[in-house]
Parts: sequence; C-alpha cells; structure tokens
Amino acid sequence: MTAFTRLTSKAVPLLLDDVDTDIITPIGRVLQGREAMVKYAFEPLRFDETGAPRADCPLNDPVFQGAEILLAGANFGCGSSRETAAWAVKALGFRAVVATGFGAIFESNCFRNGILPVSLPSDAVRALAETARDGGDLSLDLDARSVDDGRTRLTFPISDFRREGLLRGVDELDLILGRLGDIAAFEAADRALRPWVSPVRPSAAVAPNLSDGR
Amino acid sequence: MRPATLFEKLWNAHRIADVGDGADLIRIDRHFLHDLSGPLSLKMLGDRGLRVRAPQLTFAMADHGVPTAPGAWLEGNERALQALRAACARHGVRLFDLGSAEQGIVHVTGPELGLTLPGLSIVCGDSHTSTHGAFGALAWGVGNTEVLHVLATQALVVPRPATMRIRCEGRLAPGVAAKDLILTLIGRLGTAGASGHAVEFAGTAIDAMSMEDRMSLCNLATELGATFALIAPDAVTEAYVRDRAYAPRGAEWTDAVAAWRRLPTDPEATFDSEVVADAAAVAPQVTWGVTPQDVAGIDGRVPDPAAAPDPATRRRWEAALDYMGLQPGAPISGVAIQNVFIGSCANGRLGDLQAAAHVVRGRRVPAHVRAWIVPGSQAVSQAARAEGLDRVFLDAGFAWREPGCSMCLGMNGDVVAPGERCVSTSNRNFVGRQGPGARTHLASPQMAAAAAVAGALVDVREILR
Ligand code: SF4
Repeated sequence: MTAFTRLTSKAVPLLLDDVDTDIITPIGRVLQGREAMVKYAFEPLRFDETGAPRADCPLNDPVFQGAEILLAGANFGCGSSRETAAWAVKALGFRAVVATGFGAIFESNCFRNGILPVSLPSDAVRALAETARDGGDLSLDLDARSVDDGRTRLTFPISDFRREGLLRGVDELDLILGRLGDIAAFEAADRALRPWVSPVRPSAAVAPNLSDGR
Repeated sequence: MRPATLFEKLWNAHRIADVGDGADLIRIDRHFLHDLSGPLSLKMLGDRGLRVRAPQLTFAMADHGVPTAPGAWLEGNERALQALRAACARHGVRLFDLGSAEQGIVHVTGPELGLTLPGLSIVCGDSHTSTHGAFGALAWGVGNTEVLHVLATQALVVPRPATMRIRCEGRLAPGVAAKDLILTLIGRLGTAGASGHAVEFAGTAIDAMSMEDRMSLCNLATELGATFALIAPDAVTEAYVRDRAYAPRGAEWTDAVAAWRRLPTDPEATFDSEVVADAAAVAPQVTWGVTPQDVAGIDGRVPDPAAAPDPATRRRWEAALDYMGLQPGAPISGVAIQNVFIGSCANGRLGDLQAAAHVVRGRRVPAHVRAWIVPGSQAVSQAARAEGLDRVFLDAGFAWREPGCSMCLGMNGDVVAPGERCVSTSNRNFVGRQGPGARTHLASPQMAAAAAVAGALVDVREILR
C-alpha cells in the first residue's frame, strides 16, 4: 500500500452531514461495475433527475478540478459497509477526507486504501472550507498530525496504530500473515478451552439445491 | 480479578496478540459471507493466491440480490451468486443457497441455525452484523478488504473501542415495539451518538424482551454509529439457542452454558459513558427525513426548519423535507402512503410477522396501497405459514414474497417508485435506499401494518382500540 506522509492540495468543500455510502456509491451503479461506480460516485448530489450534472454541486465545479482533499460534514460515509465507497473516493483523486466525523466502517476502509480520514470540529472544517472556496491550498502533515490552510495550523487526533500504518504504507494482511504463528498457537489453546466453538455439522442438513427451486 | 464488562470479557477471550498502538489481533469464530460482498472478497483472495483458512467456520448466504418473486432475476445478481457458488465449492465453504430450507437473510439465518452463539466473535461484510450482539457475541460489520483478511487468516486487526452502556428501564407500553425504543434512542443521541463505541444494552426493558426483539435493537445500533452492540446472555438466550441445528450438544452444551454464564458485566465494572432511557415513555415512532435520527412520535409533527437550532441543521432539514415532500410543521399522522414493506434483518422474523398480523387480521389494504410481506428466511416463512399468517396477509390484500433482503436496499428489482412513499420495517431511510427518489418512513411492524390498512401514517394504538 502507498504510504501517506504529506499532502498539499486544493480541497472540495462538500459540507453536508450524513453523506452515506449509498450516496457515494448507489447500489444500482455498484452492480454496473467499477467504471459506472466511479463515474456516478455521489450521484444524487452530482446529477439531477434527468442525469444532467448539477452546477451547484462543488464536486462538479471546475474550480476544484484536481483537488486531492475532500472536506465533509458530520458522519461522512455512514451506512452500508460497502468498500466501494472508499474505492470511489480514491478513484475521484482524493487522498484525504477532512470531516466533522465518519461512519466507522468507512473510516477503517479508508486506512486500508491509503486514504487519510481526518476528524475535526465543525467550526474548524468550516474555516478550512472558506480557505478552499477562496482558492487556497490545504496542507496535511500526518507525521505532525496537522492541517494548515495558510492562516491557521490545527492538529487532529488519530490513533498511533492508524498513523503508523499509513506512514509506513503497511499492508494489514501482510502484518497478520506475519503473525500466523501466534494465530496457530491461539487456535490450539482455544480448542481445548472452548471446544464448543466449532459448529456441529447437522447430519440431517438439507442439501443445497443448486438448480434454484423457485 | 478486576471487574470487567461483557465487552471486555469477550475482547480478552479473542485477543491473539497486542499489535501495538491501541489495536489487537482478534480471533474470528464465525465468518458469514453473502452474495453482495462475498464474491468480491473471494476474488481478492484468489488474486493473492491464498486459500480459506477455516472453511468450517465460514458460512455463505444468498440474500441481498435474490429475487423475491420466483425467477425474477436482475442481470448481474445471478452472476454474483454463481460466482459465490463456485468459490464456496472450491474452498469447501457451506452455502445456504436458494432452494434450501436454510436460505434467508444472513442476520436472520445465523441465529436461527444456531451458528450465532453467546461468547463468539462474528464478522460479516455487512454493517448490520451488530444484530448478532443480541446473543452476547462480539459481532461487527467489516469492509471487503477485512473479509479478505478473515478468509486468509481467521483473524483481524481491530482498534480497541470505548464502552457505553444504555440502560433501558421500565416496560414498553402495548402497541410499542423494540423498534420504537431504538428509533427513540437514535433520535435522541443521533446517528453518530455511539460512534467508536461498544454499546451494551441493559435494564429491565431488555430483560423482558424476546431474542427477536433484542436482535431488532442490536440491528439498529448500527444506526447509532455503534461498532459493537451487546446484550448479556441470560435464560432467554439459552432457551433460544438450545437444540438449534449447529448449536453445541451434550457435554459441549454444558461447557458452553457454563462459559456463557460468566459473561455478564460484573456489578463493579465501569463504562466510558452511560445513558439511561425510560422505556415506558416511548411512543410509536416514524421517520420523516433521510437519516434514522430524523424521527418523531406518531403524535408529533414534521419539524419546521425555521425553528432549527443552527444553520447547518436548518439546511439539512430543508433538504430532507424537500426530498420527502413534507410540509414544515405538518402532523405526521395522516400522511398518505403508497407502499408498505414488512421484512428485512431488522424486522423480518416470526414475532414481527405475528405482531403485524395481529393488526391486519380482519382488515383490508386499500387498493392504491402496495403492501408486501417478505419473511426474513425460509424458516420464518414456513413457521408463519404453519400458523396461517400468510392467509391473514393475503386475505387483507398483502403480497406474500419469497425470503431475501428485497426492498430494504433496492438491488434485487424490489423498489419503490420515484416520489412514492413507503412505510418500511427496515433500518435505513437514506436518499434512494429503496430506489431512486423513493421516500422511506421507518417504523415497527405494527405501525407498518397499521399504515397498510389505513393507507396513511397512523397510530397503531388507534387502530387496535
Ligand atoms: S435486510 Fe437490508 S440491512 Fe439487512 S442485510 Fe439485507 S440489505 Fe442489509
């Protein structure tokens, strides 16, 4: 996974609360495959009923073209666990999302996809949005846990575990695979401790009928 | 020993290693796959040249994309299920497929089959996995990459959450459901109210609940932002689990029960935060907006954005009312509806259908209302039919569908038409969740049944009077 250390970029101010993962990647588009999913990311916000782009949506504003930071409101990415939402945010070119708060699964999906999610109080996000609208750049420094808009420098909270992981570009699967010895030892001890955990295989289980009885 | 909460006991029992910086490597006892998230992650596994580490702990379900009318497949969904079938066959994973008596929504069938047990750690690539916490299991939803991690290693790296207890004291009034209690809590605490927390529900109202109601409660804890929802196992839990197809038997049952009885939070243990709720004061709830926190009592009114506490809330309410086609300050009761959906992993169990049937019996759904019953599983469907509930609903003008996620998420052909209203027993009223432009009002099965026969949002207690 690519490491994240510093980023200076324009930012798109999308200060809505509760932008859920059904908005970021609507299920109909997910089913149409990756291309449609990315093309129609944030569809209810970016396009009207006729499919025409909404001029008033900051994501469509040419002024913010090329921005790598997304500014958002409270509870961004709440809802469904679909990781497609993080993939789409990344595919739109964003490497960081600064929001008032995140849905838990989306936030954790971000880390696994090299996207830095930053939580700040709503006044702070609003102030950053002002800078962004004035055409200013934001600078994120993960090592220092800071965001700077040229006027103010703020620090943001992030767990050491997540920070280290992003800084070093750790692939979590590699980390776990490196612990297979611990896992096997746990399994052996646990089998003796909690034998009831292994599911009983019912002998009278109904055989799955692959021909679709409907 | 230091007093511990239910959460801490579960966490400690599954901790393989401390990986530093506030995160642990956690052992996974059960892994559920489904036809939406499963095929993707199984493909990722294949791409990395890895195999399923513990196929005997992995179970797959056909639910999200399946048609609820025979054969009415949407393109792509059948292909996804075929991919899941092929991958399950290759890796030796049991799939509860269409046509099997065990098929249904993962959060309904897991408990029904006795795959969900107290004391286990359970994950699924689905945000409502919190449902299984009703058994006193460490259960949470994960993303596709984490599903891959579990498939490959049967373990996950998890940051330790904070703990919260929500004490619900008193008894729910007649006509008021567990769904109303959790919607009230979401309205009060907000959709991020329990964000980053493991929430334990406790108190006399929880003690008095059936397992099905406890599952509805834990299901919607996800809409509180909770990472984990938990209820301590008790005699009600044991009675539910006993003799289920995959549940332990004989000496293993005795061992298991002994372990489960040590799980409840110790009296001296403390939580990072505590909330107290008066269950007796809860009224039937209906959502009026586009997140589950946009909720009010059926005797309440649509809020007026002019009276919002701050500009951001005002803009949010304006947008919600615009999408929902509701007038500021209008009474919620009396709003005309066109669709009713009773089903989903929130409220698609036998008790939910019984509660709805009690309201519907001897009444008729007006011709302009499309009302659906979608049992949460084949087992629910069969048990309901054995009681004659299907007749009650069919006689009243409901449609009786095949089990699946159906209109909960609008990916299987079951959708609400743009601009139409649907009273839904599911858990999400997001923009477009039930189809583009669909207007969702979340409610309990009783309230959904009442709306179906009245053709409008109505207080179920008036219908039953
Ligand atoms: S019923 Fe709805 S919420 Fe439950 S698993 Fe299916 S799609 Fe998800």
